Amino acid sequence: MFVAWRDLKFAKGRFALMATVIVLITLLVGLLSGLTAGLGRQNTSAITGLPADRIAFAAPGEGQSLSYADSAVTETQWRHWTAEVGAAGAQRLGISTTRAAAGNRSAAVSAFGVQPGSPLAPEGGAVTERSVVLSTTAAADLDLHPGDAFALAGQQLSVAAVAGDASFSHLPVVWTSLDVWRKTAPPAGGRPGPAATVLALTTTSGADLAATDRAAGTTTVTKDDSLSAIGSYRSENGSLQLMRGFLFAISALVIGAFFTVWTIQRSGDLAVLKALGATTADLLKDALGQAVVLLVGGTLAGTGLAAGIGAAITGSAVPFVLTPATVLVPAAVIILLGALGAALSIRRITSVDPLTALGTLR
Amino acid sequence: MSLNLTGITLTYPDGDARLTALDEVTLDVPRGTLTAVAGPSGSGKSSLLAVAATLVTPDAGTVTVDGTCTTGLTRRARTDLRRHAIGIVFQQPNLLPSLTAVEQLQLMARIDGRSPGAARGRAMDLLDAVGLAPQAERRPHQLSGGQRQRVAIARALLNEPTVLLVDEPTSALDRERGAVVLDLLVRLTHQQATATVLVTHDRSHLTAVDRIAEVRDGRLRVPEPGSGPV
Repeated sequence: MFVAWRDLKFAKGRFALMATVIVLITLLVGLLSGLTAGLGRQNTSAITGLPADRIAFAAPGEGQSLSYADSAVTETQWRHWTAEVGAAGAQRLGISTTRAAAGNRSAAVSAFGVQPGSPLAPEGGAVTERSVVLSTTAAADLDLHPGDAFALAGQQLSVAAVAGDASFSHLPVVWTSLDVWRKTAPPAGGRPGPAATVLALTTTSGADLAATDRAAGTTTVTKDDSLSAIGSYRSENGSLQLMRGFLFAISALVIGAFFTVWTIQRSGDLAVLKALGATTADLLKDALGQAVVLLVGGTLAGTGLAAGIGAAITGSAVPFVLTPATVLVPAAVIILLGALGAALSIRRITSVDPLTALGTLR
Repeated sequence: MSLNLTGITLTYPDGDARLTALDEVTLDVPRGTLTAVAGPSGSGKSSLLAVAATLVTPDAGTVTVDGTCTTGLTRRARTDLRRHAIGIVFQQPNLLPSLTAVEQLQLMARIDGRSPGAARGRAMDLLDAVGLAPQAERRPHQLSGGQRQRVAIARALLNEPTVLLVDEPTSALDRERGAVVLDLLVRLTHQQATATVLVTHDRSHLTAVDRIAEVRDGRLRVPEPGSGPV
């Protein structure tokens, strides 16, 4: 690093420019990661927070994929599952999107219907045919407190409790009884009304899930896998992850391009160093060390900025999640990919001929 | 002998044929002497230097540096030999722009796997020997052409080489500065006891060297030992 450190100090302008690019890319990736996690949480937290390990959907039609929007589980299907995992292990969960109003306020909400007393809802014991549990965001949007009355899809209900901050498909959750939920759910098109949208299962290792699925006409997946059945989450998360992936690739390419040009510019110096007795391995170590210093410095600064901005907007209307996973992991990936890009570009050091230091042979 | 070239033949591809750059060249250079190799452009001077520096492997003949025959040495071994035993002064000073004059010398210690800090004393002594101690903290762009070439000479001597190879050191300098550099090379060759080979196309300065060999069309004509400049 004897020459590398001095190059960094001497060619301040060039390296500062490159460091700024790394800072900005890291900042962008950090903010995008926090936003992706925040939007993801708004889409899925009601599902990920369920005390269950699997979700059983009504089996989709041929060529169709699982969907929370399309699934409708019948009473018969539920009974198949209670026979397999017990009544406590197969909880009915109804999901619909509807409108709530209180005074002059109204808000779109996700109605989550559960059996009164079900462990699926926070403070599920408070859920009755006339009272519901609101998530904190729903309560704040409607300015409601425990004991207040409001309307949910035309039904007059009271607020039993405000608990948790579950949301589904970007809408805050209102935990209702199954009967209340059924009145908010779309008609079943001549078929008997659905018992629920899905079943939240708590399974044991001995449960024969495949056989029960076949017998009941359901499709069971893990809770995490079920997230892809939320239409808005699948498309939104896919787009954001694609953007993140491109940013990672761009960072590696930009860093690789910079060090390619830098190495070409230095090829004369490198030939001299080789002619003077420097080994290729030492020159490679020096150049890679220089790249890593630049990468780590730029990435740390960008990560610091992203964390600062993230801390400032956390809790505001912008859904942003500030955790090590959303800030430090992308930084580590940028350093890794950037070092890879730099390593590929500086490998041309191996082909520098020390003979060129002597100029044209005469 | 610290540098011995025996029967060196070097050819380059030239279309379907091969161009002979060096033809059966033999040269012995004892320590503490400066041998100038003069000749016109294209005569084979730099090829001779490249072979002596172990940067090019000849088609035939042997190169012995400080008692080590370089025939059959790996590239890594030749690099090691160059680092320990050979100092090179290029036609252009080829100093690294980001390093100060003293750091150019300390870098040689770093290349040799030693602490640059510990080598600072010798670096300053060598800069003093070439008259540049006051400019030790200046970077190349803050030095004149002659000063840069003197730094390059000092750099070549830091690792105490037994062989010093100098390629047209005065070609980019005016007559007065060229004479200063040549005088310096003669003095340092005697002081540091190096076997110095200096190639040049201009023999007008070469009054103080120990011996002048003539290269023409790849053939070297060397005067008998003790016969002085040709």
